[in-house]
This record gives sequence, structure tokens and C-alpha cells, in this order.
Amino acid sequence: MTIRLASLLAAILFITGCGPGTGSTNAGDTGGSAKGDLGPPQGDPVKAVLTSPPLVPPPTGRSTPAKVIVELEVVEKEMTISEGATYMFWTFGGTVPGSFIRVRQGDTIEFHLLNAPDSKMPHNIDLHGVTGPGGGAASSFTAPGHRSRFTFTALNAGLYVYHCATAPVGMHVANGMYGLILVEPPEGLPAVDREYYVMQGDFYTTGRYREKGHQAFDMEKAIDEHPTYVLFNGSEGSLTGDKALAAKTGEKVRLYVGNGGPNLVSSFHVIGEIFDRVWFEGGTRFQENVQTTLIPAGGAAMMDFHVEVPGSYILVDHSIFRAFNKGALASLKAEGPENKLIYSGKEVDEMYLGDRALPNLGAVTAAAAAAKTGELTVQQQIEAGKALFAGTCSTCHQPDGRGLEGVFPPLAKSDWFAKNTRKVPLAMLQGIQGKVTVNGKEYDSVMPPMTQLTDDEVANIATYVLNSWGNPGGRVTKAEVTAMRKQAAPAPAEH
Amino acid sequence: MGRTAGLIAFALLAATSAAAGEDTSGWATVPGGRFRSALALADAPQGSPVVRFVMMETPVTNRQFLEFVRANPRWLRDRVPTALAEPRYLSHWDGPTQLGNRSLPNSPVVWVSWFAADAYCRSSDARLPTWTEWEYAAAADATRRDARSDPAWRERILAWYAEPSVAALPSVGNDAANAYGLRDLHGLVWEWVEDYSALLVSADNREQGDADELRFCGAGAISTSDRENYAVLMRVAMLSALEGANTTANVGFRCARGP
Repeated sequence: MTIRLASLLAAILFITGCGPGTGSTNAGDTGGSAKGDLGPPQGDPVKAVLTSPPLVPPPTGRSTPAKVIVELEVVEKEMTISEGATYMFWTFGGTVPGSFIRVRQGDTIEFHLLNAPDSKMPHNIDLHGVTGPGGGAASSFTAPGHRSRFTFTALNAGLYVYHCATAPVGMHVANGMYGLILVEPPEGLPAVDREYYVMQGDFYTTGRYREKGHQAFDMEKAIDEHPTYVLFNGSEGSLTGDKALAAKTGEKVRLYVGNGGPNLVSSFHVIGEIFDRVWFEGGTRFQENVQTTLIPAGGAAMMDFHVEVPGSYILVDHSIFRAFNKGALASLKAEGPENKLIYSGKEVDEMYLGDRALPNLGAVTAAAAAAKTGELTVQQQIEAGKALFAGTCSTCHQPDGRGLEGVFPPLAKSDWFAKNTRKVPLAMLQGIQGKVTVNGKEYDSVMPPMTQLTDDEVANIATYVLNSWGNPGGRVTKAEVTAMRKQAAPAPAEH
Repeated sequence: MGRTAGLIAFALLAATSAAAGEDTSGWATVPGGRFRSALALADAPQGSPVVRFVMMETPVTNRQFLEFVRANPRWLRDRVPTALAEPRYLSHWDGPTQLGNRSLPNSPVVWVSWFAADAYCRSSDARLPTWTEWEYAAAADATRRDARSDPAWRERILAWYAEPSVAALPSVGNDAANAYGLRDLHGLVWEWVEDYSALLVSADNREQGDADELRFCGAGAISTSDRENYAVLMRVAMLSALEGANTTANVGFRCARGP
């Protein structure tokens, strides 16, 4: 009871006072780095769990600050950039993007950067989650076959990019040297069923897009900002087919999405989903109900969505040529039962002829002409109604009038209007809301008023329905529909 | 600072160093000239004169370095003090005086410290080239003494960075000679230079004009004048990452004499 009251109060405050999109736990100002130190680390030092993309380490689950040891190895490694094409990637942890690091605000992080002995280059790391000049870059400058260490306190919660900042910085980043570090707020993040790690990057190769063989870095293209590839997780196809992200219907999915750049800004979008929440720019506040979120180079965002309908959801940079001509495509495969109420799937695939005077709507034209001369027959109405039914009604009620059991009621042999055929045109004019029982089955779907239909179209469709599929027959005239529409004029809207 | 320490250390060792084995490498003469370094040297923004010098045509090979350590046992990997060469010094050899699959005789010697490279050159009555000499010589292509403005020159250098490291390095001398008759300045190994520790480029090259005074002993006024010249920048970044006793899988050296 207390809880309910509290949340009610919170809801009222929310509506009247606060701006949009603050989490219930962080509605106020967090105080930033000045209030970020939560005291000295407690307990034994913890070794951070690092994961390769697309996996995310489990929540820290801690309620007190700890000393966290992170060991990250730099590896220069030839890997596939696209089928049949290889590239010399420079990596944090052997993958592009680099290993995902997860800590909690207030943690003291002892950071070890290791540079593999067979590296050709020295490397370092600049973590955007570090408070201090260079973000750790100068303190972590490491020759091949060496390791270095520095320590920082994670003062600000958020999702942060890390990257190499060794000269030439652009080239180190272009070769894949970036990743994400999540600094959880003290109370943690809301629980979800699945978490994934995706990072976009642009790549510049001497060869053309999908040119086979080993591809070298092309500095001219990089300076001109003309990428050969724009990729999620460093390789074309890294997250498609067998490697697609997985989820089940009914689950809540969270994506941690970063953009390593070096040059491009991402218009990140998941085709077929709407983000329920986006912690834009990886910060503390979230926005709700977002289609596409902008992720700057050297920036990140977190987003949650609930999966209702099974199928493939495609992750793209909605600067869409990048998706279809440079590789910025990934996929999330959702499994589970269909939910036709929310999404029907394809129901109709038939010829569409834009011009109503063309032959398939010839019946409609003929009926209209006959109506003007007062010679309209029932048969003409049925033929016109049949053509109109196919365009307007069959999407739900099906071309054969049988509907979809449990979802869209049948019109064939329908007992719902058998005794009162006026219900057919009335349903079109007024729509139907609430439960109806048809032929012994209950239906609870919404049929909107078909306001786009003219009086004679309603009359013709109704006449067609009444004279089809074993229905009792009859005729509805334009004049009757006109009268019904007047009666059915909507009452003032209720509040 | 490392430089001074090196000189002192060398002075101690020099007394016992015998001459290296027969010097089979060819030497090429590099005529003097005016040269503008990609590093904007504070005292020479418009370039500085480079005096004529001679340089080994190719980097020092494993075979040559083996002769040196045999003649100078102080530099054997099991005898050298760690202050002058870290434990991985010559670790790619099968034994202290034994080459192996990862150290073919005609491949450039790597896993050598600056101190060891310096001692080798002195034993041949030579020295390590300075950075400016090295950069001056390496600016040439097959026909021009300064090909740096040609994107093809730069791309060729960068291509090496895109190649994976290999277990056994190729032989020296496979590269076409440049305008001075020098080979393998690019595309095979990094090379130590005499004044590497004075290459005062910040580890974080975004700190333009704000070099770390402590790290670089107050002499830091060098910044890169040609921001597009990634190839040179990377050499400098690499060398500035190293201490004099460090060794790596890709750093070798060659010697110079003169002026």
C-alpha cells in the first residue's frame, strides 16, 4: 500500500514537475564528478570480467566501491573485414571493438595495458570515463612487449568510449582501436533479459568495397572521410546469419552501442523496433519511444526495447547507403509465437491499379454511372462492392470473408448480422469497439470507422457482403447509408 | 638522460671491446644537403644542413651481430647486464651463440637494445646515425633524394604497417636501392638512431605545443610540421616509446660514419 502510494505520488510529481525522460531513480541532478567519489574501495580487489563483442559482462552487483583490476592486451592482428578480404586490425583484446569493461561509479580502477611482443607499434589508451588529462593516454604509452599501469577513480556514471591515442591517432582508431567501458550508476541499471555490445566504425582500405585479398589502410581516403566500409563490430557479417544477436518474444533487450569513428556520426536505428528507452549519449537521462538515435564519433548510447513479434530486426546506420553499400548492417533474430494482433505479417499481395477507371474497378464506375441515371441494379451493386471489398475489407476479413479466427471476425455465414442486416453498413460507418461474439467465438479487436468510404461505396460493399458466402441476401441503398450517417454523427467526445 | 647513461656505460665497456668480425656490409655515401625534417626542430624551422656521411647499405644482420658477440662476450645474452639489455635481448636466437629458425643469418638482427646497437657500431669504428641523418636518407626513393611529397612514397611505407609481423624476418637487401644505394630503410624493421631519446614527441600527440616537460627533460619544443606525414610520425612514436635497454621483435639498426 505504501509502495503504491509512493509511486502514485512519484507519478504525480513526474507529470506536474519534472521534464521528460528521467529515470525514477535519478530524477534529480546526480551532482556529476564532484559527488562521484563514493569513498575508499572496500573488500578484496576484484578482477574485471572482460567480454568480447557482442557479449556484455554481468552487472557488478555491488553496492559499495571496490578496487577493480583491468588487464587489457593490445594485439595487432590480421582478420577478415569482408568475405575474402583481410585487414591488419589493431585491437584491444583481439577483437574490434575491444573488450567490454564494466565497473561501478566510485570504483578505483587499476588499469594494466599490455602490448603484445609481436606488435609493430607502441599503443596507449584514452578512456572517456577517466577524469584526468589525456584520459590515461600519456600514462599508458606502451612499447611492444611491455605493460604499463595507471589508476583512476570512476567518478561519472555512464557508457564511455575508450580508444588508442598514440600518434597518428586517426590511424590507430581507423584500425579498430576502440571499445566501451560502462560505469554503472550506484544503484545499477534496470534489469533486462539480454544485453548486447555493438560498435560502429568506418574503415579505409586501398581496395574498393568487397575487393578480395589483403587490404592496406588508405590514409588519403581517411583524411577525405570517404570510408570504404562502415561496419558494426569490425567485419561485414559479424552480426548476421548464424552470428545474429538472439532474443525471444516477451524479452527486454538492451543494446550498448558505441561509435568508434574515426570520422562518421551514426544515425542508429533498428528496423521494426522502437526503442522504449534511449539513454542518449550514454548519459544519465533517458528518452522514451525513439526511432533513431544519433551516436557521435567517440560517443555511445544505451537503448532498451521489448520484443513483441518474432522475426529479424535489422540494425542499421540510417544514413542508409552505408547500410546497403558499405556494410553497416547487423541483425537480431527474435524467436517465439506469432502475435498477429500486433503485427499480422503479409496478408494480401495482389494487383494494385492506381487508376480507378481501369478495368478491375470498372464495376464501380459502371455502378456510379447507373446510380446517376437511376438504373442501378442489385447485381451492379454486388459487382462494385466486390471490387471495393478487395481493396478495403479483405485485409482483415480475408478475401473469402472467413476472417482470422480469434482476431478478425468472419463475414461468411455470420450470425452477428443475419437478423439485422443494417449492422453491416453501420459497422463500416461507426466502427466496432469492444467484445463481439460471432458464430460462437468471441472477438475483441478494434475496427476503425471507414470514413474514407462514400455513401454509395458503403452501400455497394454492404450489398456485396449480404449477397455472398451464404449470407441472407438483401440490398442497402445509398439513401439508406446517407440517413444512417446522419444519425450516427459522432457525439461530443467524452473525457 | 638515457643518452648520457648510455655514453657512460659504453665508456666502461669500450675498454674491453674488441673489434667486430669482418665487416661484410657495403657502405654507401650520402652527400650533404639542406633538409627540412618532418619534426619541426625549434632551432631550425626552415631546415638545417646535413653534412655528408656514409651509412650501411642494409641493416645489421643476425650473422653480423653473432660475430660481434663472439668477439665481445660482454654482449652475449647470458652475460650482458640487464641495465644495458633487458632479458629478451637476442631471445629469438637458439642459444647465446646459436642462430635458429626465427633468426636466419641474413635477416636483420632484432631484439637488440640501443646500448647493444651503439656498441656494435663503435666496434666497427662507426656510430648510430642521428635521427636527422636517418630521416634525410630515408626521404629518398629510387630516383629522387626527397620523394616525401609523393603519396606513393608514403603509401609504400604505410603498407608495411598493414602487414602482419612474421616469425622470421626476410633477408636484408631484397628491397630496391634508393637514390643513395641504401636498402630496407622502409618495409623491414624499425631502426635505432643515436639520438632517439631526444625525439621529444609527446606520447599523446594531441597535446600540441604542450609537451610533458618532466618526461622530456625540458627540451621539448619539437612538434610535427607535416601532420599528414603519418609514416614519419609513427617512427618517432615508436622510438619514443622505448628505453635504451628495451628490445622488440621489430627494432634493428644500421651504422653510420662521418662526417
